[in-house]
Amino acid sequence: MTDTRVAARTGTAPRIGESARRPDGAPKTSGSFAFSSDLWHDRMLWGGTLRSPHPSARIRSIQIGAAVAVTGVHAVLLHDDVPGQKEFGLEHRDQPVLAGDIVRYEGEPVAIVAADHPEAVRMALEAIVVDYEVLAPAVDPMTVEEVEPIHPDGNLIRRIHLRHGDQDVVGDVQVEGTYEVAMQDQAFLGPESGMAVPADDGSIDLYVATQWLHSDRDQVADCLGLEPGSVRLTLAGVGGAFGAREDLSLHVHLCMLAQHTDRPVKMVYSREESFHGHVHRHPAQMWYRHHATSDGTLVRVEARLVLDGGAYASSSSAVIANATCFAAGPYRVPSADIDGAVVRTNNPPCGAMRGFGAVQTCYAHEAQMDKLAEALGMNPIELRLHNALEPGDELLTGQTITGTAPVAEVIRSCAEHPSAAAIALDPMELPGGAGRTAGPEDVVRGEAFALGFKNLLFSEGFDDSSEAACRLEGGVATITSACAEVGQGFVTVAQQITREVLGVEEVVMAPATTATVGSAGSTSASRQTWMSGGAVKEACEKVRVQLLERVAAQQGADVSDLVLVDGRIVSLAGGLDIDLAEATAEPVEADVVFRHAQTWPLDDDGQGNAHVSFAFSAHRAIVDVDTGLGLVKVVELTTSQDVGRILNPMQVVGQLEGGAAQGVGLAVMEEVLVVDGRIRNASFTDYLVPTALDMPPVEIAALIEQAEPGAPFGAKGIGEPPSISSTAAVAAAIRVATGLDLPRVPVRPTDIVFPEGEA
Amino acid sequence: MEVSVTVNGEVRTADVEPRTLLVHFLRDDLGLTGTNIGCDTSSCGACTVLVDGRSAKSCTMLAVQADGADVTTIEGLAGEDGLHPMQEAFHECHALQCGYCTPGMVMAAVSLVDEYSDMDADGVREGLEGNLCRCTGYQNIVKAVLAASE
Ligand code: FES
Ligand code: FES
Repeated sequence: MTDTRVAARTGTAPRIGESARRPDGAPKTSGSFAFSSDLWHDRMLWGGTLRSPHPSARIRSIQIGAAVAVTGVHAVLLHDDVPGQKEFGLEHRDQPVLAGDIVRYEGEPVAIVAADHPEAVRMALEAIVVDYEVLAPAVDPMTVEEVEPIHPDGNLIRRIHLRHGDQDVVGDVQVEGTYEVAMQDQAFLGPESGMAVPADDGSIDLYVATQWLHSDRDQVADCLGLEPGSVRLTLAGVGGAFGAREDLSLHVHLCMLAQHTDRPVKMVYSREESFHGHVHRHPAQMWYRHHATSDGTLVRVEARLVLDGGAYASSSSAVIANATCFAAGPYRVPSADIDGAVVRTNNPPCGAMRGFGAVQTCYAHEAQMDKLAEALGMNPIELRLHNALEPGDELLTGQTITGTAPVAEVIRSCAEHPSAAAIALDPMELPGGAGRTAGPEDVVRGEAFALGFKNLLFSEGFDDSSEAACRLEGGVATITSACAEVGQGFVTVAQQITREVLGVEEVVMAPATTATVGSAGSTSASRQTWMSGGAVKEACEKVRVQLLERVAAQQGADVSDLVLVDGRIVSLAGGLDIDLAEATAEPVEADVVFRHAQTWPLDDDGQGNAHVSFAFSAHRAIVDVDTGLGLVKVVELTTSQDVGRILNPMQVVGQLEGGAAQGVGLAVMEEVLVVDGRIRNASFTDYLVPTALDMPPVEIAALIEQAEPGAPFGAKGIGEPPSISSTAAVAAAIRVATGLDLPRVPVRPTDIVFPEGEA
Repeated sequence: MEVSVTVNGEVRTADVEPRTLLVHFLRDDLGLTGTNIGCDTSSCGACTVLVDGRSAKSCTMLAVQADGADVTTIEGLAGEDGLHPMQEAFHECHALQCGYCTPGMVMAAVSLVDEYSDMDADGVREGLEGNLCRCTGYQNIVKAVLAASE
């Protein structure tokens, strides 16, 4: 049964390759879409969390008497009240649900409260008396391995010492550099929120905004001491995610309070609490040495990478694996020594954020490539083209690229794309806008280019399967999947896939819940279009086969002669034409678990076929810089990306634009300021995210389409690359404009005005 | 304190604490949860509504300040015959992903287009500077506002 058998359509609902509109677009634009913060129950209580004010302290005692006595308070719970396993975690269960006798980061939850009014919650939280013995926090990732462990699991979360090829290679030309990336926040717009509703039989319903329903469910169940089936987790409307919702936040707290009070409990974080309530992008310190021959051929890359994991592991292991495996960028590098370590400190925990691991190293390897081009007297684009990976090449891990890798096409199309950037004539368009002091003559312009790549899907032997069910009844298809729609548009693509395979017009997306279907895996690592899209495709194909076989048997027809076209079942030979609604009065159902090609763990030298597939992107940035005030305006951003096949052009472009905005943010303004373990800017007045004025229009130079083998419809995930090469390109353009090294992002005004650090 | 506010054309009267913010009055007292809260510092614009026809961040106002005023929330924008042209344009132009910023963004855009005719892309960007979107990179939002203002 091939796809070409579904032909000659007359239906209007968009299928694969068309710019279908979001099915949730009408409710989201009309205000009727229910976000997790909109949940309401007439009997509900409000929950709240007491957090540690210290990055490191021993808890001597906690007194809750005064808090319990506050009018309207129904529960005050502590570490000992956690009914099951006291720790949770994505990869390692190392993070306490509520702190025991020690707190390891500022903002760590210590106590939780439920009361009948948010004000009573606040009063109760203030009335809890915690006696802390304050300890000196271990906050320097460079030295933390040498100090007393701050956690029973030790201060090293994971080290990968990758060695590839001949270790004695030395290049004619060598360039060295040290680079730093600050901590970035995902800054999704809808803060953490959710509601737990206890059931009479001791089970519980949790409605929450998340990226991975079943992982949450399993961790919550363990912490509650319940069977997984006794926790039903349903996706509530998600106000953005970008990695920050891959870990648990308020999940177990809500369930504990609901169980304890036997009432529904709702919790909503403030923005400030949200900064403390989720993991951030790992800050990185990186040293590199590139070796090349005098004609610009890369022969060896050495690097030392230290990522600050903060107090708990979260997804640090996967982040350091990406940072290490992709440390040299999408180039042919026959010899490498990359030592990547992610360490534990008393800083805020870090974990997943769009492009995890690859964002940090892209900024460094691209700075190195520019440095190398300069040392060689070579054009930086030529240098990249000369070393660009191709299918059949080996990665640093020794893995051969068997899929598509249109790296040269990505580079060329982006670099050659004509620029429309004009010199600003309106002074309002100069850096600083209304607050500028520079005239046009004080502004310098720079243009630069960066290339990045990353793995798609989970790696290192992880079986991140996705289950989906399709039910076709009365001509209407219903898709059930626990894939978390976080804004990326899976619901749109799932409908398109269903229409494509079944020729139906109407596709209903059932609610995403653990109660009805198995895991879809995480909405992360650019994996859902491939994995859950693949599951939906196969479930629909199975339904198609079953249906045609049933009709063939009923009609005495040859099944190979039957096709589904636009809501009808017709025989190619003619004579048979049945309405699909009639043919499916009796429903047809199928349920499949979709898996990607197997991968393997990395060995002791960081070698192995650890990854499934790769996606590549390039950005060219043009910036204007007011060198007097250190203000930067990103004037133009142009991009090309390797996308496999485009399933929905409008959504692809939307991802490229949104992802680039987060990259621009990291390049010039976004930084969680952490001083002695304390976040100093937990608000949107002090943590700046790009506004409409900070973001230039993103020019799409090319979407390179080469169908990826093994990927449903050949489509690669497209969500992360836009955030990978954009930061590097913008930072490089500022370098070109100013002639400064700028070894750190975000580039702050002081880095430009006082480059030596003399303030 | 008793406040009486015309919300989406209907007079709504409630007894609120004087410190109640307009956004909480709308969401918690009236159940109009289309208006979102994204920050604590009046920075994000997710809570934008129209007060007497002009856009205002409803987290910067007390409910009592809206006493006697005419407030339009996202729920009150659509007419008898379907979505408001601005809502339609946002949907059509893919000007939203998670949609959390959307109600505030749409209200701010409606007010902007109402105030200035002949907007160009730069004007839209300036006019929407007070509304954050983390998902879209703003490009499609600008496109949608321009489309709706034609
Ligand atoms: S909630 Fe952010 S501005 Fe009102
Ligand atoms: S669509 Fe998500 S914040 Fe704008």
